[in-house]
Amino acid sequence: MDIRVQEEPFHFGTEAQAFSDAQDGAGAIVTFTGLVRDLPGTPLDVMEIEHYPGMTERALAKIAQDASKQWELSGSLIIHRFGAMRPGDQIMMVATASKHRKDAFEAAEFLMDFLKSRAPFWKREITADNTSWVESKPEDEDALSRWDHIQ
Amino acid sequence: MMTLDILYFAWLRERVGEPREVVETNVETVADLVAELVAKDERYALAFADMSSLRVAIDQELTDFTASLKGAREVAFFPPMTGG
Repeated sequence: MDIRVQEEPFHFGTEAQAFSDAQDGAGAIVTFTGLVRDLPGTPLDVMEIEHYPGMTERALAKIAQDASKQWELSGSLIIHRFGAMRPGDQIMMVATASKHRKDAFEAAEFLMDFLKSRAPFWKREITADNTSWVESKPEDEDALSRWDHIQ
Repeated sequence: MMTLDILYFAWLRERVGEPREVVETNVETVADLVAELVAKDERYALAFADMSSLRVAIDQELTDFTASLKGAREVAFFPPMTGG
């Protein structure tokens, strides 16, 4: 389990390869990367992400531990950035490794669902006209309920 | 009396006007603490106007507004999280 919360960019290819190289006996690796999306209408200048140092690392570790209890994982990785980013920049990535792809896929989805609304990050969008905090969506909260059976 | 570090994030931080403060209090629950803050200054009343849209953590663990503050050192208030 590798959890990193950082301001600086990460290199997705390097991280994915290093994660793969570190696995012993895995038959499947799933990775997911989230990018800064541009806005419809007025272009997005900057996406700023604020977080709660200390709690962020704890919350991500808890989510990764919960995933390890539920699925047979030989490894998991979460990298999440904070600070200022531009459209197209990579915000975060997760990687999961398992003997079988089903475990790796499901665990990666679980990590994504929980880190969206249980890890203390807040996004703010800055355009030429406006600065606004991104609001959480009801479906983000709903997404957690599909994992109720394993909580 | 207990001493609490209170932290605010995102738009809540902006409405309160500071990221962190130290408060001496006797209250029992998070909800009591909010009531005490709201009574103190109008900016808290504005910040905590809609509690249903807020989250709270005690000592970096998510909890709810009915939670006891017994033994707590750090209380953080923030809007729903938007990671990922």
